[in-house]
Amino acid sequence: MGNKGWSSLKAIWPSAALVIILLAVWQLSVNGGLVPEWQLPSPLSIWKEIIDSWPRLIDNASATVQLALIGFAGGALAGFILAAVLHLIPFVRRAVYPLLVVSQNVPVIAIGPILTIWLGYGVLPKLILVWIVCFFPVSVAMLNGFKDTDLGLRNYLRMIGAGNWTVFLRLELPNAVTHLFSGLKIAASYAVLSAIVAEWLGADKGLGHYMILSSKGYEPARVFAAVLLIVLLSLVLYGAVAAVEKLVIRWRPVKGERKG
Amino acid sequence: MTIPALELKGIRKAFDSGKKTVLDGISLTVGENEFVSLIGPSGSGKTTLFQLIGGLEKPTAGEVWIGGKETTGSRGHISYMPQQASLMPWRSVSANIELAVQVAGIEKKQSVKMAREWLERIGLQEYTDAYPHVLSGGMQQRVSFLRALLSPQPLMLLDEPFGALDALTRQQMQQWLMAMWEENRRSVLFVTHSIEEALLLSDRILVLSAAPATIVEEIKVPFARPRPAQLWKEPQFNELKERIQELLHQGEAVVK
Repeated sequence: MGNKGWSSLKAIWPSAALVIILLAVWQLSVNGGLVPEWQLPSPLSIWKEIIDSWPRLIDNASATVQLALIGFAGGALAGFILAAVLHLIPFVRRAVYPLLVVSQNVPVIAIGPILTIWLGYGVLPKLILVWIVCFFPVSVAMLNGFKDTDLGLRNYLRMIGAGNWTVFLRLELPNAVTHLFSGLKIAASYAVLSAIVAEWLGADKGLGHYMILSSKGYEPARVFAAVLLIVLLSLVLYGAVAAVEKLVIRWRPVKGERKG
Repeated sequence: MTIPALELKGIRKAFDSGKKTVLDGISLTVGENEFVSLIGPSGSGKTTLFQLIGGLEKPTAGEVWIGGKETTGSRGHISYMPQQASLMPWRSVSANIELAVQVAGIEKKQSVKMAREWLERIGLQEYTDAYPHVLSGGMQQRVSFLRALLSPQPLMLLDEPFGALDALTRQQMQQWLMAMWEENRRSVLFVTHSIEEALLLSDRILVLSAAPATIVEEIKVPFARPRPAQLWKEPQFNELKERIQELLHQGEAVVK
């Protein structure tokens, strides 16, 4: 453990040092009057703002977290189910799959205003936006996972007489789970982002709403505080997915583990 | 007369709407608890032949009979050991065996009991719950063989199972397989490129020609069982080896 901690410390210290240097340069240029405070608040004043407005920040952040999490879970679940259904009905798959791939290159987030026109300013259109944004990467990743199975394993199962359902359950589904996590990680980073955008479009709480409010009120330190929290939320959600992945997929070979 | 475990009657297989004939009238039998090897130059359609017996492909002409029933084009009548161990990487060693045995129609509880018992018997009990990637190539093939052995189908197809192993491991695995088979007789059809391997393990050897493949010769292997590891020292072993070598040579020359 000690050894491992030491080596991971060794791995991150260059980046950590760089961040500290950048923060120092930032602080000094603001202090020295190189950049005016109203344009770029110093790290220390952002930190002070975070401490001063902590209860309000937390209150708004919890609304954003709820939106992002529910949207993420719903979108991922729908993506998973749709992928499985499409995979089992090859005819429909052929029709839908190319569209799903194209959707990867479409900024789905842009439909936010349309949802607002249709469904107003309540929580539902926001949830739907996050939901749709999370849905696509998961469904595409799963579909690839179902399809991209080892030919030797497939041949073996068919030789011993396994039916389509057994092949799906024992080969295609477990194989897709590996791919599922790459889709979930993309969806996790999109979830917070799309929740913020949804809140920009009109909300009475949430970090996105708080940002707009602070921006209009010329409170730069407050906007930066909100941004910092958003970045943190994104990283935490991504990290959580990565941690679950590590727990679920324990069968992967670790370097140097294979015996001669 | 007992019913043969496998009987192929005039199997012909052509691809590209009849233009490319791969197998041209293959007839063979594998008797009950008999070990038969197929040896032939590469590209002689052995893989296609296995897929026909397994029911993955249908012959252009001819019939497949397993255990006295016609099974042409239907699956689930054989147990199988492929060239690559083909263990599911996400299932433990034991769970891999259980899956194969369950697909063959044995209930879950029984399959777990069998897998654990037999892993202990072949000395791999410490890997029962390990994932396959921690096993060496030889150990993976032992698990793969065990998986085929425990399936209740009386006919085993072994598709060049040691082809991917290094020479030393290969030798050890041949000895191991021979001992396992002599203790647990099954009807086996074994594909190999190695003449020594075929001579060491088989009761009979069928020599195939290059594509379109036919059976050039059938050789009865006369050595008594249990066979010693030093079988290659016998003069008759080398005589047979030379003869098969010559036949393979002729088989290739025919196409030229």
